[in-house]
Amino acid sequence: MTEDRTLLRRRDLLRGATLGGGGLILGGCDALNENAAFRSALRGAEKLNQMTHRALADRAALAPEYALSDISPVFKTNGSLTGTSTDYLAHLANNFADWRLRVDGMVGNPIDIGLEALRAMPARTQITRHDCVEGWSAIAQWQGTPLRLLLQKAQLSPRAKYIVFHCADNYGARPYYESIDLIDAFHPQTILAWAMNGETLPVKYGAPVRLRVERQLGYKHAKYVMRIEATDDLSKFHGGKGGYWEDVGDYEYYAGI
Amino acid sequence: MTQNVAKRHRLATRIWHWANALVATILLMSGLMIFNAHPQLYWGDFGSREDYAWLQIDDTRTTGFVRIGSASFETTGVLGLSLDAYDNVRRVAFPGWATIPTSYDLAAARRWHFAFAWIFALGLTAFMLVSLFNGHIRKDLHVRRAEWHWAALWSDIKDHVRLRFGNDIRISHYNILQKLSYIGVIFLLLPLLIFTGITMSPAMNAAWPWLLDLFGGRQSARSLHFIGAALLVLFVVAHLIMVLLTGPIKGIRSMITGRPITVPKPHHGGKRP
Repeated sequence: MTEDRTLLRRRDLLRGATLGGGGLILGGCDALNENAAFRSALRGAEKLNQMTHRALADRAALAPEYALSDISPVFKTNGSLTGTSTDYLAHLANNFADWRLRVDGMVGNPIDIGLEALRAMPARTQITRHDCVEGWSAIAQWQGTPLRLLLQKAQLSPRAKYIVFHCADNYGARPYYESIDLIDAFHPQTILAWAMNGETLPVKYGAPVRLRVERQLGYKHAKYVMRIEATDDLSKFHGGKGGYWEDVGDYEYYAGI
Repeated sequence: MTQNVAKRHRLATRIWHWANALVATILLMSGLMIFNAHPQLYWGDFGSREDYAWLQIDDTRTTGFVRIGSASFETTGVLGLSLDAYDNVRRVAFPGWATIPTSYDLAAARRWHFAFAWIFALGLTAFMLVSLFNGHIRKDLHVRRAEWHWAALWSDIKDHVRLRFGNDIRISHYNILQKLSYIGVIFLLLPLLIFTGITMSPAMNAAWPWLLDLFGGRQSARSLHFIGAALLVLFVVAHLIMVLLTGPIKGIRSMITGRPITVPKPHHGGKRP
């Protein structure tokens, strides 16, 4: 064991030397990357970015909307391609006829609303760009119910700070979930989409409803939303950081970049 | 003959030079890791694996390649497919020795990139402002009317090609090619990198939608960001070659201390002329 490590270390050094010391610099960066205090300092930039964005843009400033002719020929699928819970699969088999979206938590009037009732509410249609954290983008038309209407209907408590979206898909071994703050929750383009490009939302894109939160990256746009919960404390959900990728990969809670 | 014993490089220039060398290196290496998450580039508003990419760095499982338009180049060992420090095959666009962190970690690279981008942007802004007031722009970088002659430019190009530089250490001013490249980097290339970076932010698209119009869409901005980074690497390579050719020790020393190396000492301890 010890011998192996010595060998590896010697090889690292050799490589480092051949790269003109580059290996040492890299080793230093990797060490910093693992350093809790340094990572915590880096995380400070997330707050700074969010504050800057919020200062530069009106809280209702719209994400750019595009023309029908701008829509991507094929919208790349990503993440889960179907819900996985037994509950979800039963609803899928039944074409979501008995599916109900639950809105609860810190609300005065918890509601359960079916797909038809949701579609009967005032809707918003928008052609927007979906930006994945990986770097790719795709454009599609989304139609859905503004989240703020549901929150008003459920009489959101003034003490609530975040809206949590519980999803029907497990990604890896863990259930997917996401959350946003109230500025994004009440943004006019934040909708629970049930149609895409003029058709009923396909399963691989999140049927029966998915979140669109257009000023943030793709991983915030939770698919297969089953329950919406208002809260003032994200730490009690799953890994405590407010979302699946935030918990498992240290991705930013505020995904405006 | 006038002996120029004044500082060869201003303090602000020296501080910014070294801080920026570090910060730009970190931004480049964390940026390459971010690129590894989706090693394709497009023009226009959208682009994904479903669309035509003008640039692709990928692998065929046994070879690595770079494709630019319809031209493909095998790059096994460096780009697309390479070995890590433990000789494991890694199917990544840029190899571990070129990225921060070494192993694939998009989330960490983003944290590094978006934190150091602030230092980069604020540093450049501060350097520009200080250079405006300390005379660096007006006295050192400003291309004078007399220098704007094709003949002068051509003779400077010929001198560079023949590796004949005005490497008289007493010369504290830049030649025309130097001025043009420094102006291009400071006032065009670095701002281009900052603004194309900002254009990739969906939140900033809501705040400043004109940026998308300026660069032709988010994916165009991403392409330009990458091209700008490549140009900056080219500049640094040329810059380092010039430092090597004109005397690396004295060049580096004067960028640290600000002084020319062999300050001609007056013979009898007399007054400086």
